Amino acid sequence: MKKDDPQSLSSSKENIVASIMHHHLFMPILGLMVVLLSNLITKPDFFVISMNHGVLYGNLIDVLNRGSELVILAIGMTLVTAASGGQDISVGAVMAVSAAVCCSLLSGGAASTNVLQMPIIVAAIAGIAASGLCGAFNGLLVSKFKIQPMVATLILFTAGRGIAQLFTKGQNVYVRVDTFKIFGNFIPGIPVPTPIMISIVTVIIMAIILKTTTLGLYVQSVGINSNASRLVGLNATRIKFVTYVICGLLAGLAGFISASRIYSADANNIGLYLEMDAILAVALGGNLLSGGKFSFAGSIIGAFTIQGLTTTLYAMNVSADQLPVYKAVVVVIIVVLQSPVVQKQLKRIQMKRKSVKVLEKGGVSA
Amino acid sequence: MSDEIILKMRGIRKVFPGVVALDHVDFTLRRGEIHALMGENGAGKSTLIKVLTGIYELDGGEIFLGNHPKPVIIHSPQEAKDKGISAVYQEISLCPNLTVAENLFIGREPKKHGFIDWKAIHERASAILKSLDIPVESTKPLEECSIAIQQMVAIARAIDMKCQVLILDEPTSSLDDGEVEKLFKLMTQLKQQGVGIVFVTHFLEQVYAICDKITVLRNGELVGEYAVEALPRIQLVAKMMGKDFDDLKKIKNDADLKVKDQHAKPLIEAEGLGRINHIKPFDLCVYSGEVVGFTGLLGSGRSELVRSLYGADKPDCGKLKMHDQVIKFKTPKDAIKKGLAYLPEDRKRDGIIDDLSVRENIIIALQAKRGLFKPMGRKEMEDFADQYIELLQIKTASRETPIKNLSGGNQQKVIIGRWLLTNPEYLILDEPTRGIDIGTKTEIQKLVLKLAKEGMGIAFISSEIDEMLRTCSRMIVMRDHEKVGELTGSTLTEEHIMNTIAGGVKADEKR
Repeated sequence: MKKDDPQSLSSSKENIVASIMHHHLFMPILGLMVVLLSNLITKPDFFVISMNHGVLYGNLIDVLNRGSELVILAIGMTLVTAASGGQDISVGAVMAVSAAVCCSLLSGGAASTNVLQMPIIVAAIAGIAASGLCGAFNGLLVSKFKIQPMVATLILFTAGRGIAQLFTKGQNVYVRVDTFKIFGNFIPGIPVPTPIMISIVTVIIMAIILKTTTLGLYVQSVGINSNASRLVGLNATRIKFVTYVICGLLAGLAGFISASRIYSADANNIGLYLEMDAILAVALGGNLLSGGKFSFAGSIIGAFTIQGLTTTLYAMNVSADQLPVYKAVVVVIIVVLQSPVVQKQLKRIQMKRKSVKVLEKGGVSA
Repeated sequence: MSDEIILKMRGIRKVFPGVVALDHVDFTLRRGEIHALMGENGAGKSTLIKVLTGIYELDGGEIFLGNHPKPVIIHSPQEAKDKGISAVYQEISLCPNLTVAENLFIGREPKKHGFIDWKAIHERASAILKSLDIPVESTKPLEECSIAIQQMVAIARAIDMKCQVLILDEPTSSLDDGEVEKLFKLMTQLKQQGVGIVFVTHFLEQVYAICDKITVLRNGELVGEYAVEALPRIQLVAKMMGKDFDDLKKIKNDADLKVKDQHAKPLIEAEGLGRINHIKPFDLCVYSGEVVGFTGLLGSGRSELVRSLYGADKPDCGKLKMHDQVIKFKTPKDAIKKGLAYLPEDRKRDGIIDDLSVRENIIIALQAKRGLFKPMGRKEMEDFADQYIELLQIKTASRETPIKNLSGGNQQKVIIGRWLLTNPEYLILDEPTRGIDIGTKTEIQKLVLKLAKEGMGIAFISSEIDEMLRTCSRMIVMRDHEKVGELTGSTLTEEHIMNTIAGGVKADEKR
């Protein structure tokens, strides 16, 4: 993962340290480490992973499992941010839409069902497609009508849960069928929670897309300089639109997992506040919220940092009510450390040290 | 016009981060004088005005008003107004929803017992308007008046505030001929009253119609102050562009050698291509292996012309043909697919993608041409990048360095490389050498000639006539968003070009 800066291929130890420190993932990884390792002091058994009733069990597994939806959302959010320099704040509500469509199809419109009314795959695809449609709506407003992303996605942020309620007729639709529960829990005989596997597959698919298409380059180019991108023949409008559709589809997938976890579509609570966590994950991953260059790896690390923090705080017996306060404190610290001002200061201190050393040696080097 | 000096600016200097906008500029204005301030875009006209009106603080030099031996310091536009200096800009800075009278007195309303004295306002407003022959009712909302009237109201307001130095910044650019005449009448009247007027315009005809003196600036430096009678139009153009006219005549050029075989089939033909408000319909015919120059003062429409060929700005009338086939470019991508390439004028805004590496900046146009599902392999990209870094001698730490870390000249070479990689039939270079060191400039000129020799059609735009004469075999001359001439062979001389840009007698008849 770590790649040396081309400017410092010299083999001296200092340069290796410096190039690691300058890597764009250094700060995100450091943040994640600090969050997780803080458990060594307060709760050393945090890192114990055991087998219970044939499934993996432990706090780390919990972080990976509970963080799955966030990872999936963060990937979509990363693309949207990079291409349009703005965020999609409707993803939480769009998750609820996906869950509502999926569950109400499975229950055949009833408030609760013990028998599937249609194949799960069909309902899941329908839910995800509905979310893709929401993404397309956002994308249309942002790319074609040039509305600020925050404003454009505010519409579905507010209306999304209402739309979800339309599908569920205002109730929590329960699907009490074991085959539906496996997507948010465990597949019998497999010890790894299904959401972890789904998120891994999603990441792999996105990696393949980046590898086999030029989407990554196009998105960055449009995000950095939309004018120049148009003049080299890129369709900036379409590229932005596509990122919003992808973001919607991924939110739909996350909504499906969430629904399966609680085998119901709770339109008021599924994905609640998750859009903010997703945006934060992107930022914690070292990505600029103003768009341009992006790193999926960073956002994924950011997502696990947030989930790790939540799980850690729960492990410390912090009550759910107070959780946001502690979370906020840690987030402020991480964000400030990554801020340009602090980074500049750090760099200045480094440069000073370097120049002192150069002076001592009496040599002149780049 | 008398000899009494009312404004004297000496050794004015203004520095912005990285740019010296004004350096040792002198300017003198006499009572009852209309003084044209001339220069190309970026020459420093606006900066000088902003220094004078207190918008910018000056970094050096002194400003004297009237006979006062001590220099004044002007901190704000309000202070400038108090000292009798007012400016009226092209975009009017009055309140459109208020009446003419309200606009005349806003901020200094006559009061009676602490209340606004509306009667006095309207009486005085009518008197002012009448004295200046401005044909408008004082009770009319300003937004219902024509732009010309609005401008005159702004001038009237300045005059009523005891303004001695009146600055008119491009006042005529949105007026029609009749309105210009009215404005000139007002200016003449003010002149007789002893007001000194600084007149900024890019219409040469108007300068000769009304001004007494001309001060020419170029690149933030003073070229000189001239009496209008003493400076023929062509010399004015020469001064603005930085050519000494007498020397120009001596320059010989070998343009004849570069004229192409006229029997060849045209590569691109434009018939009546145009875009409202940007470029008047024009005809154009270019051949492969030929370098065609587009010249004219900055803002004359030469960039707009090439942009309309490339599809960067969609033309709204006319026809474009390539290889005898009618084509339509909806987007730059269509043009790229047909073998066009366009190096934009503003490298920073439209050219480089600053956070991306040199490698990515080089391959992006070819990649966009190939499409979303045909990504280049890493190796292929690196080979292409290395090839053009080598070919164009691009100085960069590595091919993975972000392009923003390169110098301007090397950034420009990367963009050239980007387009050469797409193997274009027609390459449009809009100011490829601006802001670039001499060495790189020469390299780029040589490259242009070499590419043309190999059969590429090239459009070349530059503010430097020398450079164009060296490279172009034909030149299209632009003035006021219109193609006004086409010079080849023996007519392709600096003198001819300047004459055409200046517009000679023909333009006089039109105005």
